[in-house]
Order: sequence, then structure tokens, then C-alpha cells
Amino acid sequence: MLSKGLKRKREEEEEKEALAVDAWWLDSGHPAVAQAPQPVASSSLFDLSVLKLHHSLRQSEPDLRHLVLVVNTLRRIQASMAPAAALPSVPTPPTAPGAVDNLLTSSDAALSASMASLLEDLSHIEGLSQAPQPLVDEGPPGRPTGGAPPSLGALDLLGPATGCLLDDGLEGLFEDIDTSMYDSELWAPASEGHKSSPEGGPGKEEAPELDEAELDYLMDVLVGTQALERPPGPGR
Amino acid sequence: MFLKFSLRSVFYGAGGGNDIQWCFSQVKGAVDDDVAEADIISTVEFNHSGELLATGDKGGRVVIFQQEQENKIQSHSRGEYNVYSTFQSHEPEFDYLKSLEIEEKINKIRWLPQKNAAQFLLSTNDKTIKLWKISERDKRPEGYNLKEEDGRYRDPTTVTTLRVPVFRPMDLMVEASPRRIFANAHTYHINSISINSDYETYLSADDLRINLWHLEITDRSFNIVDIKPANMEELTEVITAAEFHPNSCNTFVYSSSKGTIRLCDMRASALCDRHSKLFEEPEDPSNRSFFSEIISSISDVKFSHSGRYMMTRDYLSVKIWDLNMENRPVETYQVHEYLRSKLCSLYENDCIFDKFECCWNGSDSVVMTGSYNNFFRMFDRNTKRDITLEASRENNKPRTVLKPRKVCASGKRKKDEISVDSLDFNKKILHTAWHPKENIIAVATTNNLYIFQDKVN
Repeated sequence: MLSKGLKRKREEEEEKEALAVDAWWLDSGHPAVAQAPQPVASSSLFDLSVLKLHHSLRQSEPDLRHLVLVVNTLRRIQASMAPAAALPSVPTPPTAPGAVDNLLTSSDAALSASMASLLEDLSHIEGLSQAPQPLVDEGPPGRPTGGAPPSLGALDLLGPATGCLLDDGLEGLFEDIDTSMYDSELWAPASEGHKSSPEGGPGKEEAPELDEAELDYLMDVLVGTQALERPPGPGR
Repeated sequence: MFLKFSLRSVFYGAGGGNDIQWCFSQVKGAVDDDVAEADIISTVEFNHSGELLATGDKGGRVVIFQQEQENKIQSHSRGEYNVYSTFQSHEPEFDYLKSLEIEEKINKIRWLPQKNAAQFLLSTNDKTIKLWKISERDKRPEGYNLKEEDGRYRDPTTVTTLRVPVFRPMDLMVEASPRRIFANAHTYHINSISINSDYETYLSADDLRINLWHLEITDRSFNIVDIKPANMEELTEVITAAEFHPNSCNTFVYSSSKGTIRLCDMRASALCDRHSKLFEEPEDPSNRSFFSEIISSISDVKFSHSGRYMMTRDYLSVKIWDLNMENRPVETYQVHEYLRSKLCSLYENDCIFDKFECCWNGSDSVVMTGSYNNFFRMFDRNTKRDITLEASRENNKPRTVLKPRKVCASGKRKKDEISVDSLDFNKKILHTAWHPKENIIAVATTNNLYIFQDKVN
């Protein structure tokens, strides 16, 4: 959520690798790409959708349309897979064997929960950056929204390029940020692995890519560098 | 003869679209295949007279081309478009609170009707809309008393006579200056701007909200549509495009990611969350797939010039709606139906999320939209003929008639056909524009702008 720029590049490469390995299912002969409609989606289509969702949520500012469409598609796939008692064990790295089943049993709630928490983060941030808006929301419809929000005190953000960083306020701000996304159950089985899922326990041998300590360190680094660095220039 | 016209088959011969023969006219942009990301064209728009053609790119620049006045003696072609003005409209910005970079990419440009010598346009990136004034200067004052010609101030004690400065001709200079900046009103990414027929107000739409602005007032806007759910967990639909009706200043439409279009009347209530009309076509059960919703997502909506119809573009088709009929479109044109069996692959490589635009010709008789492999398609609403053309530098000399293209969906590929698997999905034509009065079209490939004209005999 907060400045994923550093992380994103590495994950994109990893995801590309994952997709490349998975590409076998794109073979036209493979049943997964048979003509629509498919009564039951293959688990690889499900995994692909989860991967896309994961990737989308990891963006520093997710493309809302892409996100919503992927989530809706994922729900459709889930709904068609739900009656399936047992799935064929499809070896799809980086998920561990059996993790797909775990994912299915917990996924609907987990999906909603993680998506909800991330979207709440978005609206939480919105609430911070446009502090007067919640007040104006109470007013009559057709309300005038602040074209330039009145002074917000410590959160004064008039003009995106003012570059005014909060002095002591920045640290305090981050302390209040909802970190539930780092606790997301969904991410552990589906992706390179953030933290252990509630189900995942003794069976999961693979180490998560980034553990909690590393995440905290990363956040500290980012908070520190933001205070120092200029924003990247054009032509990136 | 009438039977032939009732079949919608791809038409081979020259023309298609009122039997127009389209000829290559010009191409703008870098020749090499290595595309600089900043040069990717993100919007194309003619002004109301068609004399000016504006493009916006990913680097935040606006380039305006002007049609040269027709040479009456050499009437073999209409005037060419040459660069008139180039300016940096938006810069990359950094939102320090969210720790986000705001892209400078120009999402849309809309021209205001001309009221005086200057031209005005609105350009927008994801967050900020700007009103630009483009004016010409072809005279400058000379003969100041207190300044030298180079601008240095003269010592007042050396001034012994007084004279009146006069205007003298100079080389034409075109200046672009930002007159208004409409900022801080959108939390989500702006996808549309549309100027009202009252020429005083305009709307801007992002994924969840639509705001109404007055062109003179920058510190305030009215929120007229808000589809953000109280609980973001319930978010299932976003706004994808919005446009004001060309004649009724109280009416606008907005499209959604679920394939619906809502028409709203601003007179009904201040907050137009309840639509006056809802346009939606029931899903064809035989075509259902996991990707049904994604391909139904509307990427563009455009009213006809008459105001009686509106056109929507979804992933595979273009639909024409009569504003008086909500339950289904009156016309549907398949843009690239051969992609329906490839949706899985297109989902994997994200092409299924591409947002194609569409446009009407000046008389509302032909519609145009882009496709892959640098192909673009035109559909004649009267003759029901359609044509596929390609924007390519190869074999394109001025005034050569474009050869129609055909994609072979399956089976034996005929000569000159291209098979679906050979299509280049990186070469997409997302942005096209049609001159408001003449048969001149502007087609944007990734980083080149092609101008085609009909053959003038």
C-alpha cells in the first residue's frame, strides 16, 4: 500500500516466471482453453485469476476497473468450482501441493476479507487526504466538493507538488495504518507467500518470501527515504 | 440485391462506408520501432471546425496540428496537417500522503467551441483537469520609450523625445497558456471529461464519481454521481465513461464495467444517483463464459451528432442505442468476433482489459473503431457494409487507396488474409477521431498518428 515501487519490480519478474512456467496450459489443445462456456473452470484459471488479483492489489494505486473485473471473474470461477469435491492435483508453482484445496475452502471468506481490507485502506487514505469530505457528505445531495480542500492543519496537502512533508506527523500517521493486508490469509497459499495462513501450519515447508521483520524494515526504509528523496522524474 | 445487403459480410472491393476510398495522407511520429514510453499517444481529438487536431501522450504533452488552407489551384487533396503548437500540459506529480506517483499521461482532450481569436481546450490526466488557451501572436509592439528593442531598460535621463509604440508584424508565434487548473476533486482516476452544450459547464468522471464544474470556477465542483458503496467490500462496478448530451444541457450518460449505460437528468435531482434511463442488453446465454462480464465492460460511449443515438464500445463489438429504447441496442457491429475463442489467452496477457474508443462521422452514417494488428474498422449504418483497414507505413504513399484487410478466423487461409494467430496484439489502435465535416480521419497507433482522407477526384 505504501510505496510499493521497490517491491513491485521484483515481484513482476517473479510473476512473469510463474506465468511462463504456467504457460503450458495455454496450449490450444489443453482443455483449459476450450471454447467457452466451461461448466467447471480448471484450477489453473483460478490460480491465474488469483495471481492477477494479487498483482493488482499490490500496485501502489490499483486500477479499480481491472481490480473489480478480476474479482468478479474470480467469484464466478469460485462459484463454479465450489461443488467440486476434489480437485485434480495440478502442480502449479509456487503453490505447494494441497494449498489449492486449502485456498478453496477458505478462499471466499479470505478473498472478501483481504479485498475488503485493501479497499478499506484505499478509502481510509481517501478519508485522510480529503478530510473535509466526510463532513460535506452529510450535507444535501449535489453537494459542492472541495475543489481545493480548506486547510487541514497537519495534513495540509494543497497542491500535489507542494512537497510538504509532515514533520513528526508522518511517523504517527504510519502507526495508525491498517496493516491487516500483511496478515492476509489469501496471500500465503496463492502467492510467493507473505505470512503463514491460518490453515497453513505444519504442512507448509516453503519459507515466505518476506516475513514480518523484513516488512517492518522495508517500511522504515521507505519512510526514511521519502523524507529525503525527490520524486522520480519523467521518463521512468 | 437486397439480400446481399442484408448479410453482414466483410466487403472486399474498394470502399465500404458510402463507397469512400480511403487514402493514406500523412503519418506523424517516430519511424523506429523502439517506442519511447513518453511518446505513446493516449488521446486524439479534432476541434469543432476540424481545422485543428490535438493529440495527448503518455509524457503529458499535447501536440496540435493545423490543417493548411486548401490550395484552390491544386485541388488533388485537402490540406495537410502540420504542427501548430506543442506544449507540456501535465507534469508527473507525487502525492506525499499516499506515497503515490500521479502519472502525467493525458487521458482526454476536449475542445471548447471557438468564441474569439483564441482556441481553448481541456486536457486531463488521472487527477487534474486544465483549461489551455492557445493564441496566435503575429505582431509585436516596437518603439518603447523606456526600453531598448532587446528589452533592456534605458536610462531615463537619456530619453529626450517621446514616441508612440507601434505594432509591427512578426513571425507567427503560437502560445499555449494554462488559464484554469481544476484540481483536488478526484480520488480515483479520471477517465472522461465532457463539455456541456451550454458551453459554461463540463463534467469529469472517475471510477466512482462524476463532478460538474463551471469553466470559470476552479475551487469548487458539484458531485452529481457517486457510486461508491458505503462498504468498499461491496464494490462490484465502476464508471468507465461519461458524456453530456450534445443538445440537452441537462442530460448526460455514463457507462459501467458491467455493460450498462445510465442516462441522467440533472433537473430531476441534484445528485443523479438514480438514473432516468438504464440501457442494458440481456446476456446471450449461448455466449456465456467466465469472461462475459469483462467483455461486456464498456470502454467508450459517444452520442451521435444528432443527439438521437449513442454508441458504446465493449471488447468485441460496437452497439448503437436509440435513446428511446432501453432494453436493447438498435444496431450491433462485431469488431473482431474471431477473438471470442481466444478470450482465455487474452485474459492471461491482459489484452482483454484494453479500452478501445469509437467515433461517429459528421453525418452519423458511419462509425469507426480500432482493433489489433494496427487494424481499424468502419461500419456503414445505411449500407450495412463494413471494412477493415490497416495503419502501416508500408506501402503507403500519399493518395494510394488503402487495401481492405481480412482476418481468417479458422480453416484455410486465403491469399492476403491474415490468420488470428498471426495478429500482433501489441499493435493496438485504441484512439481514433473523425473530422466533424469531412472524410478525414486520424488514427493513432502506439506512437504514430496516421491521417487518412477519402480520394478526391
